[in-house]
Amino acid sequence: MTEAARAPSPGEDAAMAACLLAVDPAGLGGAVLRCRPGLERDRWLANLRALLPGDMPQRRLPPGIGDDALLGGLDLTATLARGRPVQSLGLLEATRAGVLIMPMAERLSRATAARLTAGQEAHGYAMVALDEGLEDEAPPPALTDRLAFLPDLSQAPAANPFSPSQVAAARERMPRVAADDALIEAILATAMACGITSLRAPALALRAARASAALHGRAAPDASDAQLAVRLVLGPRATMLPAPPEEAPPPDQPPEPPPENESKAEPRNSDAMEDVVLDAKHAVLPAQLLATLAAAGLRARTPTAGKQGAERISLKRGRPIGTRPGEPRNGARIALLETLRAAVPWQKLRPRPPHAAIAVRREDFRIKRFREHSESTAIFVVDASGSAALHRLAEAKGAVELLLAECYSRRDRVAVIAFRGKAAELLLPPTQSLVRAKRALAGLPGGGASPLASGMDAALALARLERRAGRTPLIVVLTDGRANMARDGRTGRPVAEEDALAVAKLLQAEAHSILVVDTAPRPQPFSATLAAACGGRCLPLPQAGAHALAGAVRIGMAA
Amino acid sequence: MDGSIAGTRPRAGKARRKAAEPVRQRLVFPFTAIVGQEELRLSLSLCAVDPSIGGVLALGDRGTGKSTAIRALAALLPPMRAIQGCAYNCEPGKPTPGCEACARRAPKAVSVPVPVVDLPLGASEDRVVGALDLEKALAQGQKAFEPGLLARAHRGFLYIDEVNLLEDHLVDLLLDVAASGENVVERDGLSIRHPARFVLVGSGNPEEGELRPQLLDRFGLSIEVTTPSDLPTRIEVIKRRDAFERDPAGFCALWQPEEEALRARILAARDLLPRVVLPDDVLEMAAKLCMTAGTDGLRGELTLMRTARGLAAFEGATEVSLDHLRRLAPMALRHRLRRSPLDDAVATTRVARAVQEVFGP
Repeated sequence: MTEAARAPSPGEDAAMAACLLAVDPAGLGGAVLRCRPGLERDRWLANLRALLPGDMPQRRLPPGIGDDALLGGLDLTATLARGRPVQSLGLLEATRAGVLIMPMAERLSRATAARLTAGQEAHGYAMVALDEGLEDEAPPPALTDRLAFLPDLSQAPAANPFSPSQVAAARERMPRVAADDALIEAILATAMACGITSLRAPALALRAARASAALHGRAAPDASDAQLAVRLVLGPRATMLPAPPEEAPPPDQPPEPPPENESKAEPRNSDAMEDVVLDAKHAVLPAQLLATLAAAGLRARTPTAGKQGAERISLKRGRPIGTRPGEPRNGARIALLETLRAAVPWQKLRPRPPHAAIAVRREDFRIKRFREHSESTAIFVVDASGSAALHRLAEAKGAVELLLAECYSRRDRVAVIAFRGKAAELLLPPTQSLVRAKRALAGLPGGGASPLASGMDAALALARLERRAGRTPLIVVLTDGRANMARDGRTGRPVAEEDALAVAKLLQAEAHSILVVDTAPRPQPFSATLAAACGGRCLPLPQAGAHALAGAVRIGMAA
Repeated sequence: MDGSIAGTRPRAGKARRKAAEPVRQRLVFPFTAIVGQEELRLSLSLCAVDPSIGGVLALGDRGTGKSTAIRALAALLPPMRAIQGCAYNCEPGKPTPGCEACARRAPKAVSVPVPVVDLPLGASEDRVVGALDLEKALAQGQKAFEPGLLARAHRGFLYIDEVNLLEDHLVDLLLDVAASGENVVERDGLSIRHPARFVLVGSGNPEEGELRPQLLDRFGLSIEVTTPSDLPTRIEVIKRRDAFERDPAGFCALWQPEEEALRARILAARDLLPRVVLPDDVLEMAAKLCMTAGTDGLRGELTLMRTARGLAAFEGATEVSLDHLRRLAPMALRHRLRRSPLDDAVATTRVARAVQEVFGP
């Protein structure tokens, strides 16, 4: 802020966010607290709690909650005991017009997020997402989109600037606070200047401005309210800096630059002049021959990690494969006929329940089991160095696109890491989207040294992340086996190879599935050594085309 | 609105659901007050005129008012006649075999709002197709069927947000039901079939995942929604949204005349639809267009013609013209083009190219 007045500290802003949220919890949707558990977070929550009315429901969302608990349904134990249907209230409905605290929000699945947002529409509660994610981990965007505040909790929030009674009065005043057109226009113009395309963010900012006006006892929000709203709601969402003078109109100051620039959609800097940008293309060479060769090679290997995740037994969904004794909770589904069948032989021994025809006990419960196809992620590590670029980069691009085209039905993901020059770069984060893949690959340049170890490092990190998310990673390294740069930037083949082998050992220790594709015109011995070190297979593809490569990887994923 | 809670509380007790209904009559944002999004509004209106068009797929950005539009349309449509207490929304005089409410002597017909049912991501199969009624089975030892979301959506709308992230086994299920208009349940010792004809409305963001081609093809129309990028439109969107939030009743009253006009227009179009003529030369043009664009199968032609008749009726014309065809081609065809992972041209451009070629500039 260039203003002469003292700019509010992050702590004061965070405290203000809690106040505004307490004025209009349902309308503002909630907040995302992205920080580690600790004093800062507890303080913020305590601030918020102190301002909410005492009778407002406040619930915590247990991680990994099942549908029954979330949405409510038949309470089996009570039903059996009383002999008549007993409904239990779902957590979402129980939170009606209250506040839902969601620990470990970065682990929320999209499905749960979908229910939470639908529930918010129906039951009007606010959500406070406690996001402890590192780097790439974050709560589903469909969820964070609807939560107004992302307070900066790098320092502890200040004490509440308003008392509970002031907040209660503001809550009562809020519906009568109306913004004039000029203010609405200013907020929208600011949102555009900050590169925010979604209309939800400015809508939330407007609401925050109204809440702030209500809090200050004004009938309509003024410039200071708008400024606060822009800072709290739009600031953390900005993807670019507003151009200073003309474009950001009064009465707002352009917001401060966002703490972390999250402009992922920024076009990649394609200024490297001598870089060779190659188009994806088909190669028309002996695809059949190579695919069969690859198939034979890959099947011979005992399918370990790749297989384990590819299909797993689930209690929730998939194709039914029988039943087992157990309690129908946490989303496990009761197998009714088997349950009754288990109860029948004991009927003479058991006292008859008051209203029911049959006495069922806990030990009779049978639950269904399913076989679920879990998602796989193929991580391509592509050597984009000068030596590889000329003959292999185009094939690698083509293979990724072909694989993606088949991903609709398999629900597999593809990621691409390219390494060249000094470092590796995650060119395409795991995606099922053809649109994104094409965009990312189109600009893949070639040229420079071969930092193979850096590329494999990046692949290892990504594979760990994917595994944590419950998917099965398969790493495909496409290299000509001529690594010539170590992780610390030292050049020379021996150090580079030594580094690459060290990463390979780590990969083996964690039992990741790896396929090393030797793309050199003549097979290089180092590729085979590398594959052996990481417990994977080496596939020399002297004449490989995009189709052959896609075929080989497909078999690897299915094996 | 019953629809908004459909996805979240499908297993609520029947008594409770009934008790909750009057309270749930929440006002929804008026359909005619939606700013921009002409394609979305037109396609939904056409589906209201002729539900056999096969639904709408809306792909695009988050938070563009897709679900607002669909709920708004359902609220705008006149209530339909149904048998009281019927879980399948049966039309009076056309009972579902095995339906208790309809089998009753002299079933009572009542007016009910057109249902909009949400299908949440990660919904279990039980919930979608229906399952053995646990309450009855446990308490009374009776084998009864508890209808699922498909039954509730009959004669209404089935809305799937993030349809591109839907799990495969549910997609398979939906494909089958959408094609046959009938839900067949063979599980838990039950053997039930009931009608399930609904307008399938899906939405999603293609950046997050692709939709299987088979499911893509099932949607009659496909449209692209984007967040408006010009400032005046954006301001208008937020202003109306804000006005509605502050005073829903007043805002709805303001738009009442427009809503009624559109309702009358849709009803008139429904009446007119059977009398709309499709001249041979238009038919020929439609076939030519599909061939030029390179669509898979005959579904493209069928949808194009059906939608064109709907549009003619919607505009009060008794004959389909080439102009109707031309305007509808992108919506009806862009998701049916044979896909090549290496062809970069956006489908819309390819359809536009075909239109140019067939109709001339």
